[in-house]
Amino acid sequence: MARRVGEVVESTSTSFLSQCYRLEGAPALGGLVRTDSPDIYGVVGRVTTEPLDSARPVLARGEDAESEEDVIRDNPQLARLLTSRFEVFIAGHMEQGSIRQYLPPRPPRVHSFVYDCSPDEISLFTARLDLLRLLLNSGAPHADEIAGACIRQAAPSHRQPDEFLAHACRTLAVELSADVARLNAILRRIAP
Amino acid sequence: MTQAYEPDGKSNGLTDGLDHGRLASVEGQRLGMVIEGSVGNGVEVRLEPGVSVEQVKVGTFVTIQGSNNRFFGVVTDVGLGSTDPRLRFTPLPADNPFVIQALQGTVAFGTVSVLPQLTMPEVLGGGQGPVAAKSIPAHFSQAFTASQNDVEMVFGSEADGNFWIGSPLDMETKLCLDLGELVKRSVGVFGKSGTGKTFLTRLLLAGIVQNGEAASLIFDMHSEYGWQGQDADKGISVKGLKQLFGAKVSTFTLDDEHSRRRGVSADETVQLGFNHIEPQDIELLRESLNLSEVAASAAFNLHEKFGEEKWVKSFLDAGRDGSLLDLAEELQVNAGALRALYNRLGRFTRHGFMVEHSRTDTAARIIEHLERGQHVVLEFGRYGDDEAAYILVSNLLTRRIHRKYVEAKESAMGGAGKEPRPLVIVIEEAHKFLNSSVASQTIFGIIARELRKYNVTLMVIDQRPSGIESEVLSQVGTRFSCLLDNDRDIDAVLSGTPGSRQLRTVLSRLEAKQQALVFGHALPLPVVVRTRDYGASFYETVRGGGDSPEEQKRKVDELFG
Repeated sequence: MARRVGEVVESTSTSFLSQCYRLEGAPALGGLVRTDSPDIYGVVGRVTTEPLDSARPVLARGEDAESEEDVIRDNPQLARLLTSRFEVFIAGHMEQGSIRQYLPPRPPRVHSFVYDCSPDEISLFTARLDLLRLLLNSGAPHADEIAGACIRQAAPSHRQPDEFLAHACRTLAVELSADVARLNAILRRIAP
Repeated sequence: MTQAYEPDGKSNGLTDGLDHGRLASVEGQRLGMVIEGSVGNGVEVRLEPGVSVEQVKVGTFVTIQGSNNRFFGVVTDVGLGSTDPRLRFTPLPADNPFVIQALQGTVAFGTVSVLPQLTMPEVLGGGQGPVAAKSIPAHFSQAFTASQNDVEMVFGSEADGNFWIGSPLDMETKLCLDLGELVKRSVGVFGKSGTGKTFLTRLLLAGIVQNGEAASLIFDMHSEYGWQGQDADKGISVKGLKQLFGAKVSTFTLDDEHSRRRGVSADETVQLGFNHIEPQDIELLRESLNLSEVAASAAFNLHEKFGEEKWVKSFLDAGRDGSLLDLAEELQVNAGALRALYNRLGRFTRHGFMVEHSRTDTAARIIEHLERGQHVVLEFGRYGDDEAAYILVSNLLTRRIHRKYVEAKESAMGGAGKEPRPLVIVIEEAHKFLNSSVASQTIFGIIARELRKYNVTLMVIDQRPSGIESEVLSQVGTRFSCLLDNDRDIDAVLSGTPGSRQLRTVLSRLEAKQQALVFGHALPLPVVVRTRDYGASFYETVRGGGDSPEEQKRKVDELFG
């Protein structure tokens, strides 16, 4: 059973924002997540943890504490005042049982549940890598980091991680054939 | 566009190299696809990621499967390309195989230029052969290395009676030549010294003798073709035509002593009389004898004065008597020039094969042998190093043979006789006969230009093709070119050949031994040949080159009545 990690709180055609159920409970950067009904897949981009009320900034409280745990124990209200959110860049969707690596007709509805994908799901979804094009062109300021992280995260789920990595690198090379410097930067982040 | 990645790795680019390596012998290895091109410049094929540029060599045969036609062509250039011009300036981690592997074949890729030469027939058999390509394959057509079947379809096979001369580059396929077609036009064998011209020529001659469609007359400057030759590299002697074919080949020699020393007995010893020398011969020898134009033209005056039969003898007598000055005055030529002519002609009197008056007509004897279906090798012995002797003898004999052939052909056209058997005359150092200052006068110039009509063609062997007159060179139908490095020679050999710009690259990349670029009349497209070994295995295959049953019967009849 896939692990439920959050809920959609903002949604656009290309990305959605999800709020975690637990503080600091966001999936890793580049991780593959999925929403329910309809099944929309995405890759975790920016993860933020911030005060719920933006008018009340967080203050440093641990000046006299022995350890970080002491800070949390002495201020139990903090967990309620803070929240973790993560932005997900849409990488594809499921349509009539087939994986489509392009944008879905509609973004996920707000309050859709967001699940972490299992290794099997990751391996199945990343059998094709058209999603890399979506990621590279997502307009995110750190799109290269997300793409690199996504490949690194997906590799262990495959039966032959090295071959998957080689395939992914070739795909990247085709996508970025006109920009060797950028390609080189990403490849070096992926290289084992 | 990305391919589906299948974890078992069956159909992605990663294992292509392995799969295709196995298929190469049967179907030809897939190289890549056509990305641009034109009929004039050939097409550009982008190599697949699994194919390394190092695998593809200039001169390799390639087939391209277009949407409606299959094309057959040859690799003329191999290059490196990239999708991003900034690749050159981007520092890349060359020591990281992972990154390099990803870039190879995608951002940085190999390209090969292919010149499509032929369109292959759609259906095999059916009497249709490949035809010259008048178009190019469309974009994205797949290119493969040519398979053995393809090569056989284009060049013919040994089974069809063609002569196996070697293999195409990087292939084990037998590459065959249609010798009947070869001898219909003049043939040139070019290449700088030590590149295997003699071996190639010997191979071709063995083929011609074995094939039997044409007779050959070989002016063997260095006594390499008749009885046996030398392999200077291996320091061994190799069999000559006489050793291989016995009675089919007759050897004539100018230098009996030299033949005896080598333990070889020539069939006939040639003697030439001064009465056979004509003023044109002197004109031809002007350069070799270092004669002035005036001196050479004095020969015509002498010829006029003393008559055809004895002008040389009378002139030499006059010189000996000391009456050259009077003669000069009488003929109104410069005395100095006449003296020079006398001195140079005097040189010939010292040659053993020159006699004052010869009654045997060597040319007629040679023709007799040729008519009997034999091939004649004329060995020069020690005179081989004497350029003037070589030019004089070959020109003198060829002129007479030419005359007989013209007569025979003309009477055949008039219905009065049999067509003369096609004759191939082999000359070495051809630029001496066929350079622009003498080509118009020598008989070889005439043969090269027109004697195809009279069933006589030339096989010219030369290391300086640029020295041969361009008009003559343009008449050389099939050219075999071993390695040449002089630009002017390369230009000369390739002159008048379509696609010469691409062939240039091929020609200058030949190996120094046993490789030749062959193109022209007898071949549907230019090809780089690794010539077959001239040794024991070759001797075996020509062993069958004995007499035909009819010939054997004729000989038995001749002996026993």
